[in-house]
Amino acid sequence: MPEMTDQQMRQLMERALGYSKAEACEINIFGSQGGNIRYARNSVSTAGANEDTTLVVQSNFGSRTGTVTINEFDDATLARAVQRSEELARLAPEDPEFMGPMGPQQYAAVNPKAYSRATATITPEFRTRVAKASIDPASSRDCTAAGFFQDSVNWQGMMNSKGLAAFHRQTGGSLSVTVRSNDGTGSGYVSRDFNDVSGFNPESTSAIALEKAVASRNPKAIEPGKYTVILEPEAGVEMLQVMIGSMDARSADEGRSFLAKAGGTRVGEKLVDERVTIYSDPADPDVPSSPWIGDGRAVGRTNWIDRGVVANLYYSRYWAQKQGKPATPFPTNMIMSGGNASLEAMIRDTSRGVLVTRFWYIRFVDPQTLLLTGLTRDATFYVENGQIKHAIKNLRFNESPVIMLNNIDALGAPIRVQGSMIPPMRVRDFTFTSLSEAV
Amino acid sequence: MKRRDFVQWTGLGAGIAMVPNLGHSGLEWSGSLTPVPAEDRKKLADVGLTAAKAAGASYADIRIGRYLNQFINARDTKIQGITNTESFGVGIRVIANGTWGFASTNDVTTAGVARAAAQAVAIAKANATIQKEPVRLAPVPSYGEVSWKTPIEKNAFEVSVTEKADLLKAAAEIALKGGASFVDSGLFLVNEQKYYASSEGSYIDQDIHRIWPQFNVTSVDKASGKFETRASYSAPMGMGWEYMSARPAGRVVGLAATTYGNFYDMVADAAAATEDAKAKHTAKSVDAGKWDLVLDPSHLWLTIHESVGHPLELDRVLGYEANYAGTSFATLDKWKSGTFKYGSELVNFTADRTQPNSLGAVGYDDEGVKARRWDLVKKGILVNYQAIRDQVQILDQKESHGACYADSWSDVQFQRMPNVSLEPGDTPMTPAQMIAGVEKGIYIVGDSSYSIDQQRYNFQFSGQVFYEIKAGKIVGMLRDVAYQSNTQEFWNAVVGVCDRRDYRMGGSFFDGKGQPPQISAVSHGSSTTRVNGVNILNTARKL
Repeated sequence: MPEMTDQQMRQLMERALGYSKAEACEINIFGSQGGNIRYARNSVSTAGANEDTTLVVQSNFGSRTGTVTINEFDDATLARAVQRSEELARLAPEDPEFMGPMGPQQYAAVNPKAYSRATATITPEFRTRVAKASIDPASSRDCTAAGFFQDSVNWQGMMNSKGLAAFHRQTGGSLSVTVRSNDGTGSGYVSRDFNDVSGFNPESTSAIALEKAVASRNPKAIEPGKYTVILEPEAGVEMLQVMIGSMDARSADEGRSFLAKAGGTRVGEKLVDERVTIYSDPADPDVPSSPWIGDGRAVGRTNWIDRGVVANLYYSRYWAQKQGKPATPFPTNMIMSGGNASLEAMIRDTSRGVLVTRFWYIRFVDPQTLLLTGLTRDATFYVENGQIKHAIKNLRFNESPVIMLNNIDALGAPIRVQGSMIPPMRVRDFTFTSLSEAV
Repeated sequence: MKRRDFVQWTGLGAGIAMVPNLGHSGLEWSGSLTPVPAEDRKKLADVGLTAAKAAGASYADIRIGRYLNQFINARDTKIQGITNTESFGVGIRVIANGTWGFASTNDVTTAGVARAAAQAVAIAKANATIQKEPVRLAPVPSYGEVSWKTPIEKNAFEVSVTEKADLLKAAAEIALKGGASFVDSGLFLVNEQKYYASSEGSYIDQDIHRIWPQFNVTSVDKASGKFETRASYSAPMGMGWEYMSARPAGRVVGLAATTYGNFYDMVADAAAATEDAKAKHTAKSVDAGKWDLVLDPSHLWLTIHESVGHPLELDRVLGYEANYAGTSFATLDKWKSGTFKYGSELVNFTADRTQPNSLGAVGYDDEGVKARRWDLVKKGILVNYQAIRDQVQILDQKESHGACYADSWSDVQFQRMPNVSLEPGDTPMTPAQMIAGVEKGIYIVGDSSYSIDQQRYNFQFSGQVFYEIKAGKIVGMLRDVAYQSNTQEFWNAVVGVCDRRDYRMGGSFFDGKGQPPQISAVSHGSSTTRVNGVNILNTARKL
């Protein structure tokens, strides 16, 4: 189905609500249309176009809830979906934590940069050009490119029996490229994501991965241990996502979070270096996102870490009411403040350290301390006296983002990566525990 | 809208007539809202195949899929949601000018299917301009009209949500009564109704069922501000509701822990988990260094998955996953040598899409190839990979292994991991006998933290519960344990595999691979296994 307008979403949701016999009913729509191209071995491998729209019906009787999701919208299926959700709700036990649908809300205007007509009208030929921009330069330098480019337009709507109505649409796309040297000793990576494809240059983006592949050939082994690391934004983003994603108020209050401590939580305490400020803001022009979330709550700017102090945790509506706190919603993006220094300037200012361009396979080891493990991947370098001396073999780390952010000693200028704004970071005493032979 | 179009096209509301009565009797039924009979899907499939050919495809396949899920989640004894999801659509894959193209749509009408077919061909033609070598497909027999269904005893979608909710509540009640601080639990049911047709004359109707019960018990020590958890010892299975029957035949009572085979007792496991979570607070922090490990199947499945299943995927070996999941250390030259020692002589790995009760069991894969079983590692030597129709010629093999899968109608099918399992040992041995022979070791039960590099050399795993073995006896619990090793080194350090009596499967609903990412469900069986001299880390940290 082609991109739905707000009016079409409204009509569909009104039809669904029209079938409702429940005490409360809430409808959500999630739709997308887009395309992608995947390439490897310097050739295209798969490519496709996808479209789908999903409608979610949530029905309530008292505090009993039933939910049904469908992607077929003829009258008969729609009516049955509503009916099925009501049957599930009647069978469901009472939920003492049920909050009921919210009434009409005020939302901030969506940043106009969220939606780009140019992105919504990308053609298969443009996607082929993107693949070529990786493949041709890689081939000419005895390297092999693999990559994935995808673009989509997404639409979202929500209405309920208490009169709430919310609509959002945005476009997005991303390219990731891995270039490997044909001697098997070097590998480089780049990823870029955008709302508006107009500002995206496939040629210069791919060139970053190619340069890293060439520069990372013939890596030398170094002893695992504690090192000063310079983390490119691509390397830092996931550890930060894990930390911010773990800032749930209820888990902290219940004593099962890294923010729990004997007798309370660490909210209001200085947790990390005072140069660290992390916030979210759907109106941010660099990473625009939806001003509301799926339960209808408005999302505004929220500080999570403010100059090193735990400033806010996110709440479910139930837990906020129980604790008498504002129902701060989960963030829809992440922005970490930085400085003005470029990555190159940070390297020039480093006497001895490891430049990490990317981490891979990051997993929890201990949720109590947020201890994570993972490995460097696709180009890691040894830095000495302000210069990249040589490529090094990959290393496994065991480190907590909390300890990492306590050991910050420099922050550079943030760039967009994975829908977030992240600065390059220089961190002391980062713990590597073993070597990997992987290239 | 499109449903009406579809019903008109099929000549009457045949689909509607199949809908179960949704009055009072429907209360027990969570199946499809609007099932479509196979004969109507065949007609629709032929529309897509014909349209693809007309647009210039030399080959086409079409998958009309209806994917049902049910989720029931509980926080302690409170059921926090019962959700049924249903997704219906069609995906068309074509070869045109020697190049793959794919398009999918939820517009399942003649017009929608024909439009997707034309779009897939247009994409293939656009990509042909940068294609290096034309796609070659290994031959596959034309099976005509056939069907297959997971051999379940009781369809879990037909079990009342009340019964399911009561089970989660009972598990939480016994845990909370036993002193647990919190219990999070859930039931996850999957039913894939897949209709596959190809321009080579197969029409395959499959009805696939999976079930996954799980919980996590937390024990908070308010005085210290510390918390410990123990997750369920259940496995996701290719079974119906019978997995939840708690039949005694499923219970494996070990020296330190009770684990489960083909039948699961959620309530008994929740009680045991509570005792474990409490005991972990006072467990001894491990001494880092070399230890012999005795690994229960509830733990070892994940190590097999990461260090054997993934590196032997031929698409990874060839570089097709280089930009995402990675490549593989198990390169073609190692396989061709015929002497590459993946593991010790005791190590035999098989790939299997026919294994009863497993997540990977199907009748046919998603490109119409009949399910089969084959060797990957024999007596420690690498002997084969996992490959599909457009890859097997690279191995000089004539037939696809039948390992092609797509997680939805909306995404293109590609090579996915079959069940990959460690074969049981030939010499009779029980876990108790194995532990009796260990001087200084750690017995690990359950899976937890896992991480491995992109070529599958260096890995780190943890577990749910760790028991110290001293002079052949279990002497207490350990904590802060993770092991780091290298795939070849680890499997070559295997010195014992218990016999078939101890064989059990673990598995995952969420094996991720591909771009856009797709999930796949896969099981891994083993018997308890001993690995000598593995490097143990102490993971305790202070914030």
